[in-house]
Amino acid sequence: MNLDFRRRVLSAAVTGFCGLSILLALIPLGLIFFFVISQGIRALNFEFFTNMPQPVGEPGGGMANAIVGSLIVTGIGAIFAIPVGILCGVYAAEYAGSRLASAVRFAADTLNGVPSIVIGVFIYSLVVLPIRQFTAVAGGVALGVMMIPIIARSTEELLLLVPSGLREASLALGATRGRAMFSVILPAAFPGIVTGIMLALARIAGETAPLLFTALNNRFFSTRLDQPISTLTVQVYTYANSPYEDWHRQAWAGALVLVSIVLLCSLFARVATRRLERLQVGR
Amino acid sequence: MSSTRLPFRLGGDLSFRIFTGFFALLLIVIVVAIGAELWRNSLLSIQKFGFNFWATRIWDPVAGEFGALPFIWGTLYSAILALVLSTPVALGIAVFLSEMAPGWARQPLVFLTELLAAIPSIVYGVWGAFVLAPWVRSLQVHMPDALRATPFFSGPPLGYGMLAAGLILSVMVIPYSASVAREVLKAVPLAQREAAYALGATRWEAIRAALFFARTGIVGAVMLGFGRALGETMAVTMVIGNNPQVSWSLNAPQYTMAAVIANEFTEAADDLYLNALVEIGLVLFAITLVINMCSRLLIMSMTRSPKAKVQAEAPVLPEPKAA
Amino acid sequence: MKSLVTMSRRGALTLLVAAASVLGVSAQNVQINGAGATFPNPIYSKWFAEYNKLHPTVAINYQSIGSGAGIRQITNQTVFFGATDGPMTNDQLQGAPGKILHFPTVLGAVVPIYNIEGVNQELKFTGPALADIFLGKITKWNDPAIAKANPGVNLPATDITVAHRSDGSGTSYIWVDFLAKVSPEWKQRVGVATSVNWPTGVGAKGNEGVSGLVKQTPGAIGYVELIYALQNKISYGSVQNAAGEFVKASVQAVTAAAAVAAKSMPKDFRVSITNAPGQGVYPVSSFTWLLLYENPKDKAQAKIFVEFLKWALTDGQKFATELGYAPLPEEVVKLEMAVIPQIKL
Repeated sequence: MNLDFRRRVLSAAVTGFCGLSILLALIPLGLIFFFVISQGIRALNFEFFTNMPQPVGEPGGGMANAIVGSLIVTGIGAIFAIPVGILCGVYAAEYAGSRLASAVRFAADTLNGVPSIVIGVFIYSLVVLPIRQFTAVAGGVALGVMMIPIIARSTEELLLLVPSGLREASLALGATRGRAMFSVILPAAFPGIVTGIMLALARIAGETAPLLFTALNNRFFSTRLDQPISTLTVQVYTYANSPYEDWHRQAWAGALVLVSIVLLCSLFARVATRRLERLQVGR
Repeated sequence: MSSTRLPFRLGGDLSFRIFTGFFALLLIVIVVAIGAELWRNSLLSIQKFGFNFWATRIWDPVAGEFGALPFIWGTLYSAILALVLSTPVALGIAVFLSEMAPGWARQPLVFLTELLAAIPSIVYGVWGAFVLAPWVRSLQVHMPDALRATPFFSGPPLGYGMLAAGLILSVMVIPYSASVAREVLKAVPLAQREAAYALGATRWEAIRAALFFARTGIVGAVMLGFGRALGETMAVTMVIGNNPQVSWSLNAPQYTMAAVIANEFTEAADDLYLNALVEIGLVLFAITLVINMCSRLLIMSMTRSPKAKVQAEAPVLPEPKAA
Repeated sequence: MKSLVTMSRRGALTLLVAAASVLGVSAQNVQINGAGATFPNPIYSKWFAEYNKLHPTVAINYQSIGSGAGIRQITNQTVFFGATDGPMTNDQLQGAPGKILHFPTVLGAVVPIYNIEGVNQELKFTGPALADIFLGKITKWNDPAIAKANPGVNLPATDITVAHRSDGSGTSYIWVDFLAKVSPEWKQRVGVATSVNWPTGVGAKGNEGVSGLVKQTPGAIGYVELIYALQNKISYGSVQNAAGEFVKASVQAVTAAAAVAAKSMPKDFRVSITNAPGQGVYPVSSFTWLLLYENPKDKAQAKIFVEFLKWALTDGQKFATELGYAPLPEEVVKLEMAVIPQIKL
């Protein structure tokens, strides 16, 4: 029948399109990776991970301080953003009808659209200017602020999708809303929440602008929270804007390391949550 | 076990609400504070230009004349272009990963699409400047004259311009929309799809039913991507040509709000200039607010129809054991 | 067995150092923070590293976030010293909580780079021709204004694509400062600043962006710091100076420009040396300055930094040439040394 045929052709076309979409996404990914790897692999050696930056022309320059600094600053951001983001998402999901919940959703979407440099300037006037000091903490807070909306929105979306039967069952057993949330519903939505956290981390891992006016940068090794600290992104940015081939290659190597770190974290999180998923009953 | 003799649970629901409500309030306070800081630091410019700031095309730091129109145009044009290009692809990916991918390929493919989000924006920018822009340029050079005559493709082939910016933004946005859309689709109860198949639907029609069920989540996913596109700075500024002009042409170099702030903020030493730049940030903030409001109204209208309300409140059937 | 002991000792030591650095208990290490111009970043990073080798307890951390940002940070006192390619204006100086001194450190040059298919020779540009190109009045490479200065070169009728900086920068400042001196129309229409309303062209980010754009776009012209053209092996042209000669940028030609200025150097060293008079002078040259408070709050850091400054103006100058900068002429160094005691330690 004609109608039947058309419907089936349409269905096949859509299926084909979906397959094509994956290719369309993977092509630039492959191209970019090839580009970064081919540019950076020459500078990626053991010294890169262990040495401090050297002035141009001197061999053996590395980004050890930047790698450590990035981990510290991202860690501060995560410590600040993960609880805040998740609890925001929890409120928005639990009390979905209330005005505060609508306001939170609105605020999160707005914050998501604020350019990173504006957030950097905001934290600068809030944290750096009053104490007249660039600090690692300021950088961490700036990154954290950027992470919150992504974590909050994805947590909320995921919590809303947990079958209400689960929630009702735990409430029926006498749990308070809090206990129902923390013991039953959050764990059920956990894998999706971890995806949200990973997305947020990936988002800020490559950010330069919010760090420029908060953590500044540091040529020397420093783990002090109250001093400027070196980060991979700012270091890569500085080197990329310089005229020297040697520094360019180090910039690419730095970008490669950055992407690899995010990749590894993402992989780790994925494996961990799959294990957890299997442990959950009924999944 | 609660052993209180009070008529309501003191240590339970109320404290939970207050506890989580505090953090919700914190987020709102942060956003309001950003708006307030933007306002405070752009007063000089607001007082001087008023609402004309939104309509003026001139951006002259030496003469002290500032107008935001070219940047508003460029931001909206590039972000909408990115959405148009990325949404079908992102949805396609989400559908593929949740419905069609063979089991062994699912996790690796999910991983790869999320990898797109892990690439730092500066890497996108440099790749865009050195690989994408020349490719776009060769595309423009070989464009048939008939297309070249239209207002969308007029102008010399530079490579740098709105088209390159739209392309690179769409690639950057895809992982965000795709991930959230995929999670949302994954959570659509199997019963929905099975009901569709039972009624004789083709694969696409069953997927369409699932998409409809998850439509509010999908709008949320698209909004997440849109927000990302509006605020992206580094990658855009390296391919868009940074020329503050208002043009329909995809070939023309243009400028976005985030890009001009990033480019000129560190060097803006006099107060009016700085205030004008911060006011651009304020304008971007306001535009994000407006777009959010519109999408919220869109979602509300999607769930307001009585049929939708019934669907949204219908009890969900328990999942079958075989998963 | 021995290796195990060494390993554990080394491990314990690493732990101790790590703990100490985290707790901030450092062995009398002084860290001085500064920020500003991107242009001198390579030479400054060399200087601070060399100085750290000579004085291991002194760590001077310089970040190149831009001249304007450097001025802002020193005004806000979030850094100890600033650096700028364009001297502070009177308004900016008045806005600071204390008197700020300018100290020229090295010299640099900005050169015109171009990419024309079929043209491998070095081109000569007059000042007015460059201004008219950047004003958008000259649009083709075979325009008589360019051809006149380049007899014998077969210039094609290609369109000129102008590449300029999208980000505010000292390099732009030096370039437009020169254009304003050789073209009254530029001075009146566009003016001089680190960011201007470019009449035409495509904006690229950083010297890197401009050189990348020019390399990829046939018919493009741009301006970058000399060091970028040298490092990336891009062809750059010579520019006509005030004496009528066409001079290609070189260390000697740039130092010559400064030597001329030394004769009439203002007390605060805020001077522009573009289009300087004299023979063998490269007309698009400039000083770059360090900014310091006359009465700094942190006396301990001030003492250390003043010693560094004296070193940079004398021993440090020998590192300039190999990195593409021109050293300061003797006369200027003498003048600066006389001002240094003004800093209240």
